[in-house]
Amino acid sequence: MENKKEKFLAIVPAFNEQGAIGSVVKEILGINLPVDVVVIDDGSKDRTGETAYKSGAEVIKLPINLGIGGAVQTGFKYAVINDYDFAVQVDGDGQHIASEISKLVKALKEDSADVVIGSRFLEKQGFKSSKARQIGITMFKIVNSLFIRQKITDNTSGFRAYNKRAILFLSENYPCDYPEPESVVILKKNGFKLVEVPVKMREREHGESSISSFKAVYYMVKVFLAIFVDLFKAKKDKIPE
Amino acid sequence: MQIRIQILSFLIGAVLLAIIFQLIRKNKLLEQYAILWIVSAVIVIVLAAWRGMLEKMSRLIGIYYPPSALFAIAIFCGMVIALHFSVVISKLTNDKNKLTQEMALLKNQVEKLQEKIGE
Repeated sequence: MENKKEKFLAIVPAFNEQGAIGSVVKEILGINLPVDVVVIDDGSKDRTGETAYKSGAEVIKLPINLGIGGAVQTGFKYAVINDYDFAVQVDGDGQHIASEISKLVKALKEDSADVVIGSRFLEKQGFKSSKARQIGITMFKIVNSLFIRQKITDNTSGFRAYNKRAILFLSENYPCDYPEPESVVILKKNGFKLVEVPVKMREREHGESSISSFKAVYYMVKVFLAIFVDLFKAKKDKIPE
Repeated sequence: MQIRIQILSFLIGAVLLAIIFQLIRKNKLLEQYAILWIVSAVIVIVLAAWRGMLEKMSRLIGIYYPPSALFAIAIFCGMVIALHFSVVISKLTNDKNKLTQEMALLKNQVEKLQEKIGE
């Protein structure tokens, strides 16, 4: 077990990100860790998949747009099939900084966490976002922290690292759209150890957030409903050890 | 006056039942999705034909104009059917997502194998 080389995968969900995906992949491959990159092309209409492949990533092309959760879950399934020990989830829009991955992995190992969430808000990193988004993020912080009795400052962060146990669990249990805040509750409720570490993030360069202001209300209602219902769901009985 | 609405309700129920049977016969409607429709149509037919039963039921639920009770029951049946559809659609969506993921993963494996063979 000790000698076995640990396999490490970066899961990158991408929808119409041909402008950013190339540099995202190259940046991840350039970090100081042996890492494979799999890009989940979530039914893009542009050349996202081809660009990612040329940049050195493995590409899984979903024929139908499933939403970010469905895409990330495909990545978990890929990790299970190919027997990866750790996975890190990095957005395809260039928002996440690859050199920060090592912080997530460090916390995964040193704090023996199952899931590590990269938070923009643990330290004042000067991350600017709109008033509406700040309100939403604060609401998630209050509601989720209350429900799971652990303070999570950045529930919407998609910059996360997972160990094998969490990967196996999430490959079967992951919400299809707007998964981040809900998955925090699901994971904690099923006994996984969550740890947050402070990370820096970039302002968005290409494309736009998966949440336009148009959909913001639907987003909040859907996620809160899902979280509320999750509280009453039975604990999943098949938790890998 | 009430006999007209009774006849109309009976006819609507009967036509609905006939259409459902025709759809099943032509394989355009699966039995599992037809059951709720058949039950609803039969309820409407029975209550339209059986005046005494309808009047008893409408008194029981506090509606004093029996044809209104018939409509209320028909609307309730419609809502049950709609809810059933929502459940079915949700299951189909989950199944579709799983298939999409499996298909994409398999395609990736096939491409890798092809590359290996091609070398």
